[in-house]
Amino acid sequence: MKVAITSTGNSQESKLDQRFGRCGFFTIYDTETGGVEFVPNPNKDVQEGAGPASVQLVASRNVSKIISGEFGIKIKSLLDSLKIQMIVLKEPEKTIGEIIKMLNN
Amino acid sequence: MSPRPLRLRKISNPPPVSGFKPYGSKKNRSRAESIFLHYEEYEAIRLCDYEMLNHNQASVIMDVSRPTLTRIYARARQKIAQALVQGSQIIIEGGKIYFDSEWFSCKSCGCYFNNPEKEAKIEKCPLCHSTDIINFDENPENEEEISAHCHDVCVCTNCGHEQSHHYGKPCSEEICPKCGIRMVKKGTPHSKLTN
Ligand SMILES: [Zn+2]
Ligand SMILES: [Zn+2]
Ligand SMILES: [Zn+2]
Repeated sequence: MKVAITSTGNSQESKLDQRFGRCGFFTIYDTETGGVEFVPNPNKDVQEGAGPASVQLVASRNVSKIISGEFGIKIKSLLDSLKIQMIVLKEPEKTIGEIIKMLNN
Repeated sequence: MSPRPLRLRKISNPPPVSGFKPYGSKKNRSRAESIFLHYEEYEAIRLCDYEMLNHNQASVIMDVSRPTLTRIYARARQKIAQALVQGSQIIIEGGKIYFDSEWFSCKSCGCYFNNPEKEAKIEKCPLCHSTDIINFDENPENEEEISAHCHDVCVCTNCGHEQSHHYGKPCSEEICPKCGIRMVKKGTPHSKLTN
C-alpha cells in the first residue's frame, strides 16, 4: 500500500508540510517494500488549481492514504470520491521519518 | 475514474471570505485559538438571519431535519458569540455535511481521518494504529456542551409560568403545567402578547 505525505523538503528529516496543494514535496512511501520517494510538487507556485492538480498527481501514483496538515473543502470532496483516505495531522514539527515510523509501528 | 457526483449543491452561496480577524488586539490570532465555523453553520446563519427564513424553510433548503437545523443554528450562534466576546478569530471551515464519508479522530496521536470505504468498519487509527478513536457522529460532547450553555427560558403567555428551555426542543412543544397550553420563548414579541 502506498501513502503520500506532504513534505517541506526531500529528506526524511524534512517536516510535514501543513499545506496539501502547495506543499514542497510529496513523499510516496510504500509500506510493503519500505521504499521512499520524494516527488517535487510542480503545483507549488501555480496561481490557481494547485489542489486538484496535486490530487491528480497523488492519484496517479496509486496512493491509498494521504497525510497532510489540512485539506481544502474541494480537495476533501475530490479525495473522498476517489476513495483516498485523508489523514489530517496538525503537527508542523513532525518529520517525515517520524511519520513513517508511526506507520510502521 | 469517474468521481461520484459531489454533495456540494447544498450550500447555494459559499461565504465570500474564509474568516474574520479581530482588530485592536494581538491576542487570539493564532489558528489554534480560532473559532472554527463550519460551512453548514455559516449557511444556517445566512438562511435564518440574513435571508430571514424560518427554521422550517431553512431546513428544507439545507436538506436536513428541522431539529438538526435548529442544532446547527444554535451551534453557529454560540460560536459567533464566543468569538465576539473572547475577541477570537473566526475561520470558516468545511463541516461534514459536504462529504460522504464518516470522520474520526484519534485520541492517541491527535490526527483526524475519514473512512473512504463505507463498507469497511474502522477499528484503529491509520497512522499510529491506536484503537482509541472516536467517531464524530457518535460523539455527543458538542450537544451537551451547548445544552449546558443555553440559558433560554420558555414562558407561558397565559399565567406567566417560566421554565428553563430544553436545548433542541421547540418551546411550543412544552406545555404549561398549570394551564396546559403551549409555551413560547421568553423575550420574543409573541411572549408579551397577553401581558
Ligand atoms: Zn493515531
Ligand atoms: Zn400557564
Ligand atoms: Zn423553550
